[in-house]
Amino acid sequence: METKKTTFNNRLLPYLLLAPQLFITLVFFIWPAGQAVKSSFEREDPFGLSTSFVGLLHYQRLLVDPNYLDALIRTGVFAVAVTALSMLLGLAFAAAVDRLTRTGRIYTTLLVWPYAVAPVVAGVLWWFLFNSTTGLMPFVLERFGIDWDHDLNGTQAMILIIIAAAWKQISYNFLFFLAGLQSVPQSLMEAAAIDGSGPVKRFFTIALPLLSPTTFFLFIINVNYTMFDTFPIVDATTVGGPAQATTTLVYKVYQDGYLGLNIGSSSAQSVLLMLIVMVLTFVQFRYVERRVQY
Amino acid sequence: MAGITIAGVSKIYTGGVKAVKSVSIDIADGEFIVLVGPSGCGKSTLLRMVAGLEAISEGEVSIGNRVVNRMEPAERDIAMVFQNYALYPHMTVYQNLAYGLKNRGTPKAEIEARVAEAARMLEIGPYLERKPRALSGGQRQRVAMGRAIVRKPAAFLFDEPLSNLDAKLRVSMRGEIKRLQRRLGTTSIYVTHDQLEAMTLADRLVVLNGGEIEQIGSPLEVYHAPASTFVASFIGSPAMNLVSGELHGDKLAIGPALIDLHGKAPASGPVTVGLRAEDLHLARPGEAAFAFKLDYIEELGAQRLVHGHVGDQLLTASLPTEMDIADELMLAIDADRLHFFTTATGKRIGDGYAARTPQAARQVSHA
Repeated sequence: METKKTTFNNRLLPYLLLAPQLFITLVFFIWPAGQAVKSSFEREDPFGLSTSFVGLLHYQRLLVDPNYLDALIRTGVFAVAVTALSMLLGLAFAAAVDRLTRTGRIYTTLLVWPYAVAPVVAGVLWWFLFNSTTGLMPFVLERFGIDWDHDLNGTQAMILIIIAAAWKQISYNFLFFLAGLQSVPQSLMEAAAIDGSGPVKRFFTIALPLLSPTTFFLFIINVNYTMFDTFPIVDATTVGGPAQATTTLVYKVYQDGYLGLNIGSSSAQSVLLMLIVMVLTFVQFRYVERRVQY
Repeated sequence: MAGITIAGVSKIYTGGVKAVKSVSIDIADGEFIVLVGPSGCGKSTLLRMVAGLEAISEGEVSIGNRVVNRMEPAERDIAMVFQNYALYPHMTVYQNLAYGLKNRGTPKAEIEARVAEAARMLEIGPYLERKPRALSGGQRQRVAMGRAIVRKPAAFLFDEPLSNLDAKLRVSMRGEIKRLQRRLGTTSIYVTHDQLEAMTLADRLVVLNGGEIEQIGSPLEVYHAPASTFVASFIGSPAMNLVSGELHGDKLAIGPALIDLHGKAPASGPVTVGLRAEDLHLARPGEAAFAFKLDYIEELGAQRLVHGHVGDQLLTASLPTEMDIADELMLAIDADRLHFFTTATGKRIGDGYAARTPQAARQVSHA
């Protein structure tokens, strides 16, 4: 594809235009990340008066710490569950709205609202709904013989944060899936209809394969979201409890660093978390180059 | 194999816009019908109603004596070739061809045999394992054709299948479509806005304008006896000259020019007169002629188009290339090559050239 290019002779201009973004990236992302890497190799005394270099000690301890390994597995479960739930529901809503001709816009608008809700508010909202003494859901669930109390039951606490985190993300996935579905050429669907493929089969054999770039993109975004951005939801609902049942990696970073004041270990954890996401993204992009194109 | 009957079919969109107005066409088994007309004339809508991609508002469509109004596209036993080919981009050519057969539960060996046969017929064998994006426009077009023929449907529907190709490829693909259709003998409906494509492909043409049929007939019938000024100006290149004239007895007056009709005047009073550029010729000595003022010349190699005026009306004549052209010419036309249309409705008055010599016309069309 040919694109029009305007050439500026001033060689300084591009750097000048990039400067604000570069400045923000450096100050708010690179520098703190660098600090985290640095302090993950250091140990600080309780009063912050001296620091000493300890090498990989924090990492060695973390990798044999059952608490940390549990949090790792828990985060895996959480990430998979939230990603699967929010993407499946987002796709289902998008497929439903895509079939509407007249009221589609209204549904789209309504379905996007949860995304505008702040994570803390989303968490509080679901916390109220599931509150074991005043909430609506436990009242309903009781009819089905389910005794809901996420303050005592770890599994239920995990389900609560999964629902809250997924709920917020459905809107985002829905929007992308809907845009993807609507960019599938109508004539392809018509050709498939003539080729004897019913609506459901058309969706699975034509639309879904054509959505694979969107699906892949959303998968990465969602995994990153659950790893990093779900802190407010956990903090507003379960505070990592009961008995650490909802302490995900990102929440543990906060607990150990901010509450426990173990800056070294907390830094090492955040570095590890960063590495996990980097590796995941890298592997996924490598894989996508071969599989998702058509 | 089956004929198609379109009986009083209309398409009314919400809001009351009538895109197709009570159209009836009887299509014989194995016939190649071309729906031709300007954009917005309803030709694609009509085709999509036959395909089942648009609901039929009024009337009835039957394919092989089955009324298909309420059937799904898949149940109508038709195959369609789309303008943008509509190949499944994530499937290989083989998978594209096999998709429709697979959906119908055709045994694997049968699928392989049919795909191989279609690939041989269309010479796309070497590309079976490629994805559509790795093919050229012409190859994609062939795959789209292949997807239609592997199904062995009762009818082929073509929706402007050649308009995305360059001019040269379009001509060769046109020939191929015609050959393939002859060979398979499958009833076909072909939609196009290109009158040349329509003329060369059709057994019968259906000229549509504003959702209504202007004329149905063989290409030569339509060419030699256009039913209206619309058809006259749409079919044939250059377009038929349409000038206003007046009939007095057996004389036709076009501005100051008088043409003797030798007693063949079909009406009297003001009429619209149609003159094909290729029917005009330089007047021979002693022939009744009219004066023509030259504006400019278009050289086309095999012929030259001479644009100018008769009186104050525009006229184009196709003249042989060898002679010199003066600024003012004397042109003549055989009286039986004139076409007359009513000024008010644009409908034809009297028979056309072909209608008067039907035998000759038919022989040419089957040659």
